[in-house]
Amino acid sequence: MSPGTAMIRAIRSARTQCEERGVIQRECAAIRAQFRQADNGGRSHNLAKLLYVHMLGYPAHFGQMECVRMIASPRYSEKRVGYLGAMMLLDEKQDASLLITNSIKNDLSHSNQYVQSLALCTLACMGSAEMCRDLAPEIDRLLRASNSYIKKKAALCAVHIVRKVHDLGELFAPAARSLLAEKNHGVLHGAVVLIIELCERNPETLERFRKTVPDLVQIMKGLVLSGYSPEHDVAGISDPFLQVRILRLLRILGHNNEGASDAMNDLLAQVATNTDSTKTVGNAVLYETVLTVLDIKSESGLRVLAVNILGRFLLNNDRNIRYIAMTSLQKIVGTDHNAVQRHRGTIVDCLKDQDASVKRRALELSLALVSASNVRSMMKELLLFLSSCPAELKAHAASGIFNAAERYAPSQRWHIDTILHVLTTAGGDVRDETVPNLIQLITNASELHCYTVHKLYRALLTDISQQSLVQVACWCIGEYGDLLLRGECQETEAVQVHADDVLDALETVLQSHITRITDNVDRIRSIVSIYGSCIDVELQQRAVEYNALFKKYDHMRAAVLERMPVIEKNSPGHTNGESAGEAIKDIQPAKIKQGEPLLPPQPANQVHYIDTDA
Amino acid sequence: MIKAILIFNNHGKPRLSKFYEHYNEDTEQQIIRETFHLVSKRDENVCNFLEGGMLIGGSDYKLIYRHYATLYFVFCVDSSESELGILDLIQVFVETLDKCFENVCELDLIFHVDKVHNILAEMVMGGMVLETNMNEIITQVDAQNKMEKSEVSLTLFDIYS
Repeated sequence: MSPGTAMIRAIRSARTQCEERGVIQRECAAIRAQFRQADNGGRSHNLAKLLYVHMLGYPAHFGQMECVRMIASPRYSEKRVGYLGAMMLLDEKQDASLLITNSIKNDLSHSNQYVQSLALCTLACMGSAEMCRDLAPEIDRLLRASNSYIKKKAALCAVHIVRKVHDLGELFAPAARSLLAEKNHGVLHGAVVLIIELCERNPETLERFRKTVPDLVQIMKGLVLSGYSPEHDVAGISDPFLQVRILRLLRILGHNNEGASDAMNDLLAQVATNTDSTKTVGNAVLYETVLTVLDIKSESGLRVLAVNILGRFLLNNDRNIRYIAMTSLQKIVGTDHNAVQRHRGTIVDCLKDQDASVKRRALELSLALVSASNVRSMMKELLLFLSSCPAELKAHAASGIFNAAERYAPSQRWHIDTILHVLTTAGGDVRDETVPNLIQLITNASELHCYTVHKLYRALLTDISQQSLVQVACWCIGEYGDLLLRGECQETEAVQVHADDVLDALETVLQSHITRITDNVDRIRSIVSIYGSCIDVELQQRAVEYNALFKKYDHMRAAVLERMPVIEKNSPGHTNGESAGEAIKDIQPAKIKQGEPLLPPQPANQVHYIDTDA
Repeated sequence: MIKAILIFNNHGKPRLSKFYEHYNEDTEQQIIRETFHLVSKRDENVCNFLEGGMLIGGSDYKLIYRHYATLYFVFCVDSSESELGILDLIQVFVETLDKCFENVCELDLIFHVDKVHNILAEMVMGGMVLETNMNEIITQVDAQNKMEKSEVSLTLFDIYS
């Protein structure tokens, strides 16, 4: 049993966090003692043990100097662990990292490629700006004259160097260019990654690399059209990772540039049509192709092809594919609106998807696709969605529906119906301004006052739990109560409504609202005076005011309580007027959930997970 | 760019933690815990992409993960990586582990985490994808292991001669 295994077994057998800490402390003490001893042939094992301890989250900084020593060792096994430890325990801010610069320098020109590779890997992981500046010429040399294994690692190391020291990009550009002629796929991949980095950093470099578009197109053609190549084949596609990477570079080079975009047009069409979409790897390539087509100056035919691929993705069994297709469609719904509209049916179906993230994306897209011509059918689907959608999406859906209804309502009655529907299904999740907005809408639709008040009264009778609905209903009954009692209405069935019923309804809402009901003044007065001593300050205040209106100013009551004028939108003081929806005693707390994140918030206290079983 | 690669089990115990940007030790552990919380709450039938937590970098970072038996493999990446490509890469990684360890399971990762690091080092370097061809990766890993073994036997020879 190796010493590492024994230690791991000991740690795993600990039954509690406390016990584990004890074991770790003992082990670390032993490791520290071993470090102090002279070379005993087991040094790499000790450092490896320490790295395991570090992964579990225990302090291991006392191993930093040991890493430095191991890296300087001539033995490969010790160098290997030393470099691994350096990447885990050191960073450029620590002094110890300076000490390894020399070792890295020497190892970069070591005769053994695996030692060179260790140095390259570590430099790419944690090389400081000074180290990078110091060693950049060496990396450039390796980019040009070494074997494929080292070249591909040197390419990625160069990327790190350029990220740390931007002006060194100039140094690597020529070497990067010549690497495109390599046959080895690993080297090609590294070269493309390097070129992407150089182009993203420097617009002049980008300009120069545009000349490589024909070469890149050739390489892609070779991958897409070549026969079966066993060493690169992944499920029938030749090196899909390389294809994706090249497509990404083409996207960057073709963006906002007609010439480059033209040069790659045919190739993109070829990849889009020839790639097998039945396997996941094929879809990765197709997806990258679509993203590239949509981001460059491509022909309209090609764009339509790309959007159609996204449309097909929406029908894919794989939920990941559906999700990314939605994300992409969302990005282009503004620019390629008509193309996306063609897939509206599929998108609307995705409202019923099981995956919450897909649902959310489908909602956003559906809202973006509502237009004057499809508003009735779209709204049906959206209202259906609202009644069964997850709680975290309700607020967003409700406000989206309101906006769409406002922009495209085919008629005022439809508009009012839609808003009422939303209030009955999700009244608790709508924003505060919905209530005054709706009231303003209602007052504007003068022919519909009768219809509206009847509908609202009926809604009130069925359900008084939705606060916004109740507010609007009470306001309307207050304003148009006479229409309600008149009993006749063109748009709905005639129902005889008695004043008593109305008062009962209002009483259940604990609302005192002076109506246009002229009889039963006494009952009204008695209800109002009850609230003269209500605990809720606002109710009390209103009750007293209304009482005063009854007693001292009864002669003015009719004038004061005249019909409200039509509310101007955005008029100063555009909030609820005198007799409009006042504070109702909350039956349910207002649940306004705007933009609540889909993922739950993190708990404040983390529990340490003890792995007491296997 | 890949910002971090994390492997942890169904209880959140880390089995491999590789960060390609520097964080101090406490932050690293926090990231692991936070990632575990985000990922373990996911239903089995939702997609494999998650917006990253606050600690690891905000809006441009995504978590792409796969669940194999008792282990979660999580790659934290930015927008320069193809999401579907990374999913495929995770698959390649697991298949490579399977070849190297023969029917790899969690225990293999527990007792040979340094070997897993060595394999990963042949696939991802400095946060960038290095090599995706499984045979190539395994060839290189085998060659390096041979070198290590030959050194050990040399040392024993030194001791006993």
